[in-house]
Amino acid sequence: MKVVSRFQPPPESGPKVQFVFEDEQITAPQGISLAAALLAHSGNATRRTSTGAQRTAYCMMGVCFECLVDVDGVPNTQSCMTVVRDGMVVKRQIGLRTIQGGDYV
Amino acid sequence: MSDVDLIIIGAGPAGMSAAATAARGGLKVLLLDEQGHPGGQIYRNVAKNGTSRSWLGKEYASGARLVEALDNPHISTQFGATVWRLDDGPTVVWSKSGTSQISTARHVLITSGAQERPVPFPGWTLPGVMPAGAAQILMKSAGMLPRDAVLAGSGPLLYLVAAQMIDAGCPPKAVVETQTPRMMLNALPHLPKALLGISTLFKGLGLIRKIKAAGVQRYSNASDFRAHPNEDGTLAFSFQAKGKETHLNCALLLSHQGVIPSTHMTRSAGIAHEWNEAQQAFQPVTDDWGTTDRTGLHVAGDSAGIGGADAAAAAGELAALNILQLCGCLNSDTRNQRAAKARAGLLRARSLRPFLDAAYAPTAETLAPVDETIVCRCEEITAGDVRQSMSEGATGQRQMKTSLRTGMGPCQGRMCDATVRAILCAPRNTATDSIAPPRARAPIKPVTLAELAALSKIQAGAD
Repeated sequence: MKVVSRFQPPPESGPKVQFVFEDEQITAPQGISLAAALLAHSGNATRRTSTGAQRTAYCMMGVCFECLVDVDGVPNTQSCMTVVRDGMVVKRQIGLRTIQGGDYV
Repeated sequence: MSDVDLIIIGAGPAGMSAAATAARGGLKVLLLDEQGHPGGQIYRNVAKNGTSRSWLGKEYASGARLVEALDNPHISTQFGATVWRLDDGPTVVWSKSGTSQISTARHVLITSGAQERPVPFPGWTLPGVMPAGAAQILMKSAGMLPRDAVLAGSGPLLYLVAAQMIDAGCPPKAVVETQTPRMMLNALPHLPKALLGISTLFKGLGLIRKIKAAGVQRYSNASDFRAHPNEDGTLAFSFQAKGKETHLNCALLLSHQGVIPSTHMTRSAGIAHEWNEAQQAFQPVTDDWGTTDRTGLHVAGDSAGIGGADAAAAAGELAALNILQLCGCLNSDTRNQRAAKARAGLLRARSLRPFLDAAYAPTAETLAPVDETIVCRCEEITAGDVRQSMSEGATGQRQMKTSLRTGMGPCQGRMCDATVRAILCAPRNTATDSIAPPRARAPIKPVTLAELAALSKIQAGAD
């Protein structure tokens, strides 16, 4: 079930960017953080802990690491420290990051 | 040979004012900040907001002059730059866009500011529960306004956010305050000294008047916070007020219990720390100029003890004047002379603090919450787990780490150190400084192995 955003949307004027979150196309004002854009989009969880508990961005200043999502295939990305960009592909982070990629894996 | 004369870590009021003072005195300054723009959290986005979002108030807008003063050829700035290691030398290792760099300087000034004190209660990890300061960051940086929100806790920031929400046309549904009559009684002896900062006191009273005039429902002496999720994703918030259980439904529950210094950087650098009983937090030991026991390392602003934005700007200026003297740009007489104004400003700005610390002290249940409360959000460890571990013999934070993993998730203890300490101290009821501050080790922010490996190549190339 989609939970309505807990925030009034940011003002409509000004340039916009478009990104994808879990296969949904989202429009957001240019220059805001990805965490802000996700909170403006819905009130749903953006991450699940290793025990399955639902979490969303919390401190908005890079301290708590609750806002971790997968951005363009990179998990454990702090969305509150990432400026939303055109064409970003964002997914919820489910559980802990697993070791992946690199030449030796 | 150092890269620059002075590296300043953190572009809040202390860092910005120090950078401008040092650069005007002839020093080459490198200013680093994790965020994309100068201002810190208090003046976040201030230059970009300009005259828009006027509901953030005049105090906020006044931060723009500190940003303007950074326009100096002697100051180079790096934003989006995360410092993850600080060594003697001094040497600063910082990461930007996935690449780490090493910078050296004759002096390093740490102005890393503060974070909100964690406010643990059953349900504080649910989507929809946030710190009040986090909501304010969304207001400043994205123009987003909290909807159907309850403000709960205590402290000047709670009133400020409520007033800003009212001015922006989205008043809070209720303000639930935890301060007790006893706290105000304890604060009264500090009032005469606070008169030096009477204008700030009046501003605070103005905020409370605004909240009353707006007809916002207020509850006082509240305790036993609990949040449950409703089926539609909203929150059922319950608490005790005046001996009565009260229930409020809301989309957002914004909590606040004051702020504490960010000390991961100063602790990892090996600087000595002391317990500030009035502020219930550790802070680095500094002298009147912000110098520490580590050669070349200085601390100013809220990261040296909470004083607020005006105190931070004054302390930043004092630290910069002292560093100018240490670099031979000023003699000590000139330094002292030029410091007089900032010294007076610091005294004025700090005069209200003991009153505020006592009147809006964190509640006992915030410091050491009930058993079922998650304490370490990263590793999902409850207060009951911590107490169980104590009953099995754990006496300090390191043992707690070993047995439970508290503080070993990505936030590195930023969200649980204060709570674990308070739970450890609760049964002793003695001088709480008998428990040493937890160790912080580099990297103080997560860095990938690939980034570390690339850094070793840079070092090898340099040799």
